[in-house]
Amino acid sequence: MNAVGQSVERADGRLKLAGQAEYTGDIRLPGMLYGAILHSQAGHARITSISTAAAEKAEGVVAILTAEDLSDLDPYYGHALRDRPIVALGKVRFAGEPVAVVAAESQAAADAAVAYIDVEYEELPVAASLDQALAEDAPLVHDQVARPGASHGLGDLPDAEGNICYSYSFRRGDVDGAFADASVVVEGEYTFPAVYQYSMETHTTIAHWRGGELTLWSSCQHPFLVRQEIAGLFGLPLDLVQVIVPFLGGGFGSKSYTKMEPLTAAIARKAGRPVRILNSVNESMITTRRHNMKCRMRTAAAADGTLLGRSAEAWMDTGAYADNGPRVTATAGDAAPGPYRWRAVESAAHCVYTNTSPSGSYRAFGATHLQWIGESQLDEVARRLSMDRLEIRRRNLLRPGEEVRPGGKPLDADLIGDVEKAAAEVGWSDSSADVYPRAPEAAPRGRHRRGRGVSVGLLAAGAQPVSMATVRMGPDGSVTVLVGTTELGQGARTVMAQIAAGVLNSPVSKVVMRGTDTRYTPYDRSTGASRSTTVAGLAVQRAAQSVLDALLETATVKLETPPGLLRTAEGRIEDQGGRSITHGELVRARFGFDGGELIGHGRVQPEGGSGSYAEGPVFWEVCVAAVEAEVDMETGVITVLRTSTVADVGKAINPQLVARQDEGALLQGLGNALFEEMHFAPDGMVLNDTLLDYRIPAFEDMPASMTCTIVENGDGPGPFGAKGCGEGALAAVPAAIVNALADAGVPMNALPLTPERVWRRIQELKIS
Amino acid sequence: MTERVQATINGGHFEGEVAPQELLLDFLRDRLGLTGTKQSCEVEVCGACTVLVDGNPVSSCCFLAADIDSREVETIEGLVGSDFHRRAVEAFMRHAAVQCGFCTPGMLLTAKALAGRGLDGGRGAIAVAMNGNLCRCTGYHSILDSLTELLGDPA
Repeated sequence: MNAVGQSVERADGRLKLAGQAEYTGDIRLPGMLYGAILHSQAGHARITSISTAAAEKAEGVVAILTAEDLSDLDPYYGHALRDRPIVALGKVRFAGEPVAVVAAESQAAADAAVAYIDVEYEELPVAASLDQALAEDAPLVHDQVARPGASHGLGDLPDAEGNICYSYSFRRGDVDGAFADASVVVEGEYTFPAVYQYSMETHTTIAHWRGGELTLWSSCQHPFLVRQEIAGLFGLPLDLVQVIVPFLGGGFGSKSYTKMEPLTAAIARKAGRPVRILNSVNESMITTRRHNMKCRMRTAAAADGTLLGRSAEAWMDTGAYADNGPRVTATAGDAAPGPYRWRAVESAAHCVYTNTSPSGSYRAFGATHLQWIGESQLDEVARRLSMDRLEIRRRNLLRPGEEVRPGGKPLDADLIGDVEKAAAEVGWSDSSADVYPRAPEAAPRGRHRRGRGVSVGLLAAGAQPVSMATVRMGPDGSVTVLVGTTELGQGARTVMAQIAAGVLNSPVSKVVMRGTDTRYTPYDRSTGASRSTTVAGLAVQRAAQSVLDALLETATVKLETPPGLLRTAEGRIEDQGGRSITHGELVRARFGFDGGELIGHGRVQPEGGSGSYAEGPVFWEVCVAAVEAEVDMETGVITVLRTSTVADVGKAINPQLVARQDEGALLQGLGNALFEEMHFAPDGMVLNDTLLDYRIPAFEDMPASMTCTIVENGDGPGPFGAKGCGEGALAAVPAAIVNALADAGVPMNALPLTPERVWRRIQELKIS
Repeated sequence: MTERVQATINGGHFEGEVAPQELLLDFLRDRLGLTGTKQSCEVEVCGACTVLVDGNPVSSCCFLAADIDSREVETIEGLVGSDFHRRAVEAFMRHAAVQCGFCTPGMLLTAKALAGRGLDGGRGAIAVAMNGNLCRCTGYHSILDSLTELLGDPA
């Protein structure tokens, strides 16, 4: 049976169930030291002095790093904007910024010594919120313009303005005209909270310098981009920086790009011994988070429900350093129109520095920020026009092949089919109370009110389409897949093995993919943006095809049969007369002894064009969900009763793993929508920086019913018509919950939907 | 200053000195190399560091190593090879209830503790009992399916 399309067992499942999977924090190198970080207590301040004398004398301390130790380097990093020093250089820009690092013989010794470092600050005015940072007389978080980083992928960056470090905008058509012609205009102001990704394994890095070469073991999603940035910082050729990636205990974007690696490499360089930095949860929380946002949006429609115009402006709080903020901002700007046909549309999104912890990637960024706003406005248009909510979507949704953005990839999905499937799964029917206009007697009333909501969106997915892969087949027919995708729980090692096994018709048990070592694994751009199966998987498919070609070449000679008359059977090549020869026999025949191996290479690169953001995306990830929810009008408590998500994946290489991705994204969407929020003090310090007071969904938060429908239309650019998944549900679920709540009579304009916020809204709107 | 401790750890005898403030989590991982027990929240919320002490699940991040004196400790390394573990593996594999795997050992140890308690095997009861074990990857659905099968079936 061909492995592709089968729910084969996870390749790493039994290892993980035995507690034997190795994560970075499980590694002990001989002579390894333990690092501890001194974090700034001030939100914005000049550093007037740092004294490490007492700490240096503390028991077990081997080295202490401050900015003084970096004078031989250009210490600024950042893949988008090179705005961040390895440790604070003369100034701190957020409460929690690393100021110094101690390396000691034990973790306890390092932690203890940090307390003996004495730092004097001269406090500066703080801009700890979007409003403060955007005020006319706002303190500047950065007083000089940052240089562009090596891999922002956004073309020429526009000039910064005040605390706005990047803006993305477009305008198509006559927006004013579209609004002037409208029968109904919906407008509002909305806010989205700062959210912590919480991968259970915190950011962990080990750095080891040997003879001028640097080896990093790191919990990173993008090892090749880490290598590039570290090589640049320390002035090394790429080849002398080796990044090894063990299993990751989750990522969700929080381990994308460069995080703790520069600091760990710097302290190890000074200590002259390997050093490990293992973040605590409160440290990971200030390492990266999701952008909080404020947004204004207007939507205009004609009396028959035809959408005319949309105008949106969003401000994304990227904290004190840009991290992936520019890309998040561009993606948010692109998500504003939603997947609809407009006469005119304009969108502007701004990436804003504040004196808070830096924001970067988190699963379905940009789309999650904007989809609930656009979709709630669409429902409000339907309500005011007494029009059914599915009907307004059928009328206005883009169809396959239609332009989503000028010059970019046309739509590659059947969105109407997807949203109808999602709605049907929560019991939506054309004859029920779900259809607007609703009869007065069908309106929700009483203490517990139920509503249903759907949402549809698109997420620009795939990042840059650059991946390489190597497939090796040994003389026993076993296969090794070398590809730089990181296994962070999504099942990449299983799926990559299935793809190679599918091409070769090998038993999947004979195909193995392991973790990345940049020294031996071919280049892969990154693990994120739902790109692994689609882009890296395509490289694996091509590499496996090249091995299959070599097998067929040898089989042609051995079986004296032209290639066109040969076919694959499991682990074998056979002719039509029933003669066959195994993969192992073919490899051995080729080399004339019991050795040698067949090696195939596969490459994915932009086809025409430059692979830039504007020309992308590689594919449009579909974000569709439907929800039934109940609100308690006396307490504001929301119960999500039923959810349905649609994984529109082109081809499910492993259907079970596709469903698992949707389920995980769904629960994260529930957390983002209902209760997850980081709170900041007036000086920008995170107030709820432990899991005691930052709550994530637990078993009891599961909806009573959750279904995932897999749609396979073969319309993806990846192997076997596949396209990525795993993010869409996170963007779609909050939107569907907001719409279900509005359907129950409580329209909301701020997330998360905590009982207090919902209750206050009920009082404010005097809903009875 | 250290304290002398005697304990049974995964069926073997341990006798040695521990520091009074030493956490069981660090003791297991750093002293004994039992790295299947994971560190995450450090405040007894996430359950990744769950081990059994005299059959009861505890968060080893908030449990002193000195307090295992005269008691039995079981970690994932000790669970492996047992009939319960074999059945758990089959259930979790069937439902693909493992993703990143970081929460998995703790989940299995809490489940082991529940298995001995004649818990009503209904989904609701299991969900309540498991609420102290967080997972950020799976959305819990597949884990609950696995546990319902595992704990609902006394065989």
